[in-house]
Amino acid sequence: MKLTCLSSGSGYQFPPCHILEDVCGFRILLDCPLDLSALSVFSPVPPDNDFVSDGKASYDSARDCFDKEQEIQKRQKIETPLHGKDLIHDELWYKTVKNLHLWDPSSIDVVLISSVMGMLGLPFLTRAEGFSAKIYATDAAARLARLMMEDLIAMNMEYQYFYGPRESGGPHWMRWEELELLRPELKKVVVGKDGTELGGWLPLYSSADVMDCMRKVQTLKYAETACYNGTLVLQPFSSGSEIGSCNWTIDGPKRNIAWLSCSIFASAHAMNFDYGALRGRDLVLYSDKQFLPLMDEVQSNDASSTIPSNDLSSLSRYCSADKDDWKELTESLLSTDEILEKEKMDFICSCILQSVQAGGSVVIPYNRLGILLQLLEMIPVLLESLAADVPIYVISSMAAELLAFTNVIPEWASKPRQEKMFSGEPMFSHVDLVNKRKLHVFSAIHSPELLTTWQEPCIIFAPHWSLRLGPVVHLLRRWSGDENSLLILEDGVDPDIALLPFKPLEMKVLQCSFLPERRLPKVDCMLKLLQPKILVLPDDLKEKLDFSNPSLDSFSVLYYTEGETLSLPSSPEGTLDLEIASVLAERFAWQNLGRQDVMYTRLEGELVMEQGKFRLLPGITSADSHPSKNKE
Amino acid sequence: MSINCLVLGAGQEVGKSCVVVTINGKRIMFDCGMHMGHHDDKRYPDFALIDGPLDCVIITHFHLDHIGALPYFTKEYSYNGPIYMTYPTKALAPLMLEDFMKVTVGRGGEEKFTTDDISECMKKVTLVDLKQTIQVDKDLQIRAYYAGHVLGAAMFYAKVGDASMVYTGDYNMTPDRHLGAAQIDRLELDLVISESTYATTVRDSRYAREREFLQAVHECVEGGGKVLVPTFALGRAQELFILLDDYWERMNLKVPIYFSSGLTKQANIYYKTFMSWTSQKIKDTYAMHNAFNFKHVVSSDRSVINTVGPCVLFATSGMLSGGLSLEAFKKWAPFEENLVTLPGYCVAGTIGHKLAAGKRTRIYVDSDSQIDVRCNIHQLAFSAHTDSKGIMDLLKFLSPKHVMLVHGERPSMFRLKDKIKSEMGIECDVPANGETVKIPCATLHVKARTSDAFVKSCQSSNFRLSRCSTSSGLVASTDPCSPLLVSDDRVGEAVLLLDQSKAKAMHQDELQFLMSVEEKP
Repeated sequence: MKLTCLSSGSGYQFPPCHILEDVCGFRILLDCPLDLSALSVFSPVPPDNDFVSDGKASYDSARDCFDKEQEIQKRQKIETPLHGKDLIHDELWYKTVKNLHLWDPSSIDVVLISSVMGMLGLPFLTRAEGFSAKIYATDAAARLARLMMEDLIAMNMEYQYFYGPRESGGPHWMRWEELELLRPELKKVVVGKDGTELGGWLPLYSSADVMDCMRKVQTLKYAETACYNGTLVLQPFSSGSEIGSCNWTIDGPKRNIAWLSCSIFASAHAMNFDYGALRGRDLVLYSDKQFLPLMDEVQSNDASSTIPSNDLSSLSRYCSADKDDWKELTESLLSTDEILEKEKMDFICSCILQSVQAGGSVVIPYNRLGILLQLLEMIPVLLESLAADVPIYVISSMAAELLAFTNVIPEWASKPRQEKMFSGEPMFSHVDLVNKRKLHVFSAIHSPELLTTWQEPCIIFAPHWSLRLGPVVHLLRRWSGDENSLLILEDGVDPDIALLPFKPLEMKVLQCSFLPERRLPKVDCMLKLLQPKILVLPDDLKEKLDFSNPSLDSFSVLYYTEGETLSLPSSPEGTLDLEIASVLAERFAWQNLGRQDVMYTRLEGELVMEQGKFRLLPGITSADSHPSKNKE
Repeated sequence: MSINCLVLGAGQEVGKSCVVVTINGKRIMFDCGMHMGHHDDKRYPDFALIDGPLDCVIITHFHLDHIGALPYFTKEYSYNGPIYMTYPTKALAPLMLEDFMKVTVGRGGEEKFTTDDISECMKKVTLVDLKQTIQVDKDLQIRAYYAGHVLGAAMFYAKVGDASMVYTGDYNMTPDRHLGAAQIDRLELDLVISESTYATTVRDSRYAREREFLQAVHECVEGGGKVLVPTFALGRAQELFILLDDYWERMNLKVPIYFSSGLTKQANIYYKTFMSWTSQKIKDTYAMHNAFNFKHVVSSDRSVINTVGPCVLFATSGMLSGGLSLEAFKKWAPFEENLVTLPGYCVAGTIGHKLAAGKRTRIYVDSDSQIDVRCNIHQLAFSAHTDSKGIMDLLKFLSPKHVMLVHGERPSMFRLKDKIKSEMGIECDVPANGETVKIPCATLHVKARTSDAFVKSCQSSNFRLSRCSTSSGLVASTDPCSPLLVSDDRVGEAVLLLDQSKAKAMHQDELQFLMSVEEKP
């Protein structure tokens, strides 16, 4: 068995992608994400900030001026700070997982999906010629992914209208000489560190591709069993990180594998991490380099136990973006390891409140559904306490469907949410807010209903977190000059590049990792529980983990590196189980082998593979040939 | 190896469903219902007959004849083990139980459990989603399958070692307005315990029956009459709401549709939440319009009985045995323009049952008052239970080794039993309450270890050519003209070695190697 790490990903938005080869003879692709943070190399608006969307003419002039600018740069090659003009002004293309396109799609037998984000690149794969793999995802993840994909297509369409019809041939920025002109920061995103990633860029899939893709997905509930080809028994178990996200167990006759993706023990909205179900697998593949689950809860056996109070000071740094200490700031924010999610959310809410009180509006380009739901519950409560009449808008082509969806999935929600539902309340309170006209849901920024209810200051949730697509672009252009307004960014985007098109920026920006607990965990506890024989970890964790603990030497640890193939040791010989049908067992003719207690018999029948087990069943051939043998 | 079924309820009758099944030593109780027709000890299953501790209790759906005795059982027999039920069942069961408490206490009756007992009992519930494989303990595995019937109804599969069975609970093989049809995998089963409410009835198209109902209601309200729809608060009511709401919309009718508030209102919220348990059509459209957001159906209180003008009223109880439906009946029944619809099945002894039997009679409502029934009576001819064809279809699909029928009427159950035996050749039992049925199940296989060489040799083909014998078989080997027979006996080179009661399958070369090693010293 071999493991190839195609991409080690970057956080929640871009989960890692792996290929497992020769799992009982089958090739399994683990997740198929899309690197949407790479969209930041494009410019959603012409570089000229005075430009006020009045059509193609001014766009062309902007383009001309942009070309001139390029020429100047070519000649001068002066190192100036990155400017909005340096971005690529063209139709959006999307960056798929590096080197995935080098694998023959027809050679993949199974695709396992761990989360919504791990599915966004799937339509590219399913439309490939020869693709015939069986795709498994949880029911909720598949439905959410469809919404996200449709939303992406709708937003991309808007962008396309703006840039006009597609050029024939490849886009101009992909030409070699144009790439040379790109600023190094951008070039690194476009072609990757080692310059090999240009082949991964593609124009977005269509609605028809998505439909076709969803048709090919077999959806499962948590703990539902799927059997691939009679050989591999596949089961998803809740991972706690988001509605429908999961860890997989892959059980074959020779090998039991547990694939752990980003897992969180206690989630505010999604069903908790079901770690117990992963027990008894001899190989544990840990695919997420950043987020090891928090272990304290395992010991205390209480998922909601308190976590030591945290220092909020590092998070509470709060700045306007034009200062050039972005790197330092984001690092300090992201390294706040031990910030409890709840406190973090409280802090975000207080920032929102400050802005609103100062008369500014707040833009939240949401990504994680859980964050959207939590903020939608917390903000109205705060506003109410201040008796502030600030409307909350959710603007997205899929917003209504998304919110409706969250209240019809009790089977995927966390325990407290389920309890809420059993006591007769809706799981999430946004239904109530909509009825009370505190929350307004619109499908587009130009919808007439929005224009009639519009009121500033306001709090807006809208896609897309890359700041290149969707209503967010328009809103940022509106408020980028307002020092009282606030933009809340999730990690996963590089703010240096992401904010470029909106400069000069007076607006406040708060970047925050919404993922809880990034502190380094005590893995031993978890591993004692899972008892694997082989543990496979990303090499980033090599230095961070200590396996010298004597209680942990019962298993071997292997590390994998991005872009490399790791051979996994095969299981020892002769350990397979066989079930012999009792009909056959009754016909055994035992013969003594000379020594006592040792007997043997010839076997007959047909060996089949069912539910990952070898079974010897009475075959048609043996039944036919049996009498003739007797005659002889 | 055997499966023992102790029938505590619903044996040759409908009511208090409860079967205790022992599979290879694991004891499971399927359903724990009460009998609505009795008011004495017979109301509950005779739990004293259970001869050992239970490993788990499984509840198929929220109807009282399937869950009504559960709070009593958990309290009185201090059962603290796991209780499995689906999400909607857990949500709706307390509503049913508490409503039942209210009605009995309201009638001056006394019940064997309290509201606290209900909530205590619900705390012990472990939730299951459809198709989840749940490991109750090391040996016992259970799985729920969609059963239709009511929201959250499930059939349960249980497996211990080689022995496995399905308990269907109540199910419906045809989709209705709000639920889909029962769905199950093709499983290898030793036993299926099936309901048989309509063991001999074969129903025709649901569509025609629905149209009859709508026409009857429409004619009545057009003539200025009032329609009383006595119904259970949950299930049937929501189905009819969808039907009428849709019809009202299409026909542009303005006549109000009332439902007695409380229970049904709460239930509607749950119906809106449990989307994944409803029919495909409702699932597909919930984002645009949640089918349980009714436009024409409004809640109301008792005063509605005295309102003037046409209306449609949904009220409990479903068999006119009490509650608002009985009050409205007393008031409305004497007038010709009114209409009363009756559910498909009424327990003997209820007014519903009397009405179903004959039309336009004087009916004693209680000991001293009687009513001249002049209104129209319409009997609902669609049901949430499968018909006889559905039962046969399911059994044919599953083809178990044994069948046991419960939850039906004695004569028709025996007729169905004969049919199953003659048509499918499957053993079938119809036990009465208190009886135990012992079903033998053969060991399916023996376990052994195996070597890689064995598996490899079995996977490569091993063709043998032989002359096929002619019909007489006498000249077979010598006749060169007889057809050539190709056989692929892949296991032919394999042997099974038994060494100190450890069995290992291997290739014959491996055995020879082993022998040669042993001979040397």
